[in-house]
Amino acid sequence: MTLQHYLVISAILFSLGIFAVLTRKNAISILMGIELILNSCNLNFVAFSRFVSIPDNPNNIDGQIIAIFGIVLAAAEAAVFLAIILAIYREFGSIRPDEVDTLKG
Amino acid sequence: MEELSLKTFVFYGFALITIASAFAVVSVRNIVHAAFALMVTLFGVAGLYVFLQADFLAATQVIVYVGGILVLILFGVMMTSGRLEMRIHIQRGQLLLGGGISLALLMLLLTVIANTPKWENLTDDGTQLQPTTERIGKLILDGKFLLPFEVASVLLLVALIGAALISRKEIRD
Repeated sequence: MTLQHYLVISAILFSLGIFAVLTRKNAISILMGIELILNSCNLNFVAFSRFVSIPDNPNNIDGQIIAIFGIVLAAAEAAVFLAIILAIYREFGSIRPDEVDTLKG
Repeated sequence: MEELSLKTFVFYGFALITIASAFAVVSVRNIVHAAFALMVTLFGVAGLYVFLQADFLAATQVIVYVGGILVLILFGVMMTSGRLEMRIHIQRGQLLLGGGISLALLMLLLTVIANTPKWENLTDDGTQLQPTTERIGKLILDGKFLLPFEVASVLLLVALIGAALISRKEIRD
């Protein structure tokens, strides 16, 4: 396995996540796309931390710790996202992002 | 050599599972099916973490993502989708535009990956799996990541309180 295998997998995951965010009309589907993007970022961090070694510290795992913080942020983001979705559903009766346009001038 | 080829086979299996189920997440029409496809994707990424010798991270991925975030997503689906809204409608123009943008992005990324000489032919150094849990614990609690760790804990508290505050029923008097 080379670094580029992982980078290609991560690039495909990222593009699929962007596709979901751009085309889906349901806020929860958009959240799934965002999770795909975050996963591709984490995969990149871990892959670089494994393959690109720093000369004076070959067993460096800083990338893995960044990925753990990424997972923490994803958990916090998902919780707040779903709370906002529930509030929006209660207010508008729908979670289609293009129907929530009260602030639109 | 036999062992090496088995390893390669399993790696490509995980890569295929991950990409195919991620494709299902963005293409399946039923949102519950999309959520379960996302679960398979998250498991596949955890398997890739194992290949990168990140054992603790793979376990964390399964526990937090599959056990936490996915349950949250399914909960959100149950709370907000009536029988009619389970199906996802996509307009054709938006599909073409979004597909074009993400395909262009993919091509850009692949070009960069293929044309960066520093990243070529980097193979792992062949070291056997050393448990990373102890080193991660030392780095987080006794090393240079202590401050980010504390900030992350405060962030989780803020997110917890904020989510509870936003999603509760408003009492008007």
